[in-house]
Amino acid sequence: MVNYKPDALDRTFAALTDPTRRAILARLEAEESLSISALAEPFAIKLPAVMKHLDVLTEAGLITRTKHGRTVDVRLTPQPLKAAADWLERYERFWSPAMDRLAAYAEAKEAEASRSSGDDDEGGG
Amino acid sequence: MTGFTLTRQIAARPSIVYDALTTADGVAAWWGPDDQPVTVSEVDARIGGGFRVRFATDDGLEHEAQGEFLELDPPRRVVMSWRWAVNGVADEVGRESRVEVDLRRADYGTELTFSHLELATEASAVSHEGGWAGALNKLQRRLDGVPGESTFNATQ
Repeated sequence: MVNYKPDALDRTFAALTDPTRRAILARLEAEESLSISALAEPFAIKLPAVMKHLDVLTEAGLITRTKHGRTVDVRLTPQPLKAAADWLERYERFWSPAMDRLAAYAEAKEAEASRSSGDDDEGGG
Repeated sequence: MTGFTLTRQIAARPSIVYDALTTADGVAAWWGPDDQPVTVSEVDARIGGGFRVRFATDDGLEHEAQGEFLELDPPRRVVMSWRWAVNGVADEVGRESRVEVDLRRADYGTELTFSHLELATEASAVSHEGGWAGALNKLQRRLDGVPGESTFNATQ
């Protein structure tokens, strides 16, 4: 994919600002799939508050909710997190090889300068 | 993280490294992650002066970076603002980040410290809350094997 979708990234990062939502994601990462009541159980907050967090996570595309009879299963959707991780790494993937190339270029220039100016160049310190 | 830092030990004197960073010919020689040609290299190395670099990557995409010089202290320090467009589409909806390069004379030549900072207003704001980087790391197991969405494939 060429274009990072800024809106989608903003939603992902905004969703990750909240510690409860991060904890929910961490549990879903460990558990694969959980019912809403099982998901809400370890949290001190009440179920409606948990539901609000789940709405934010759903809106950000980070989870999916599937109804099974009387229960709703919640699952993690990893793609937006992958996109966020890729976005964060993209600059480093650009600059690291570029800095290697800069170093190689400068070293070639240095060798050139040393050759043309003999031994008494200014490079030694 | 809202930015990152790279260091390189370069067997060249600082003035040569500085010129490589602040001249059009220099920039054209190394810019970009691949051996693809730099097609545009415009560098106006004075405070407030601009730079514009267009280059291709191995995946066939064309990238353009541009910004302004914010600090110039030859041959020690270069600070630039930075914007990025891919195939003509501006990245980060007008947000600007910041590139800082410091050059320190060393017995072998130059120690280069490169930082790309303030990578996005939003990501930066979020990072002050802490945690999302950790959340992403924790979720790495699930992220592995998910089809990537990388802009280009810099081989390691």
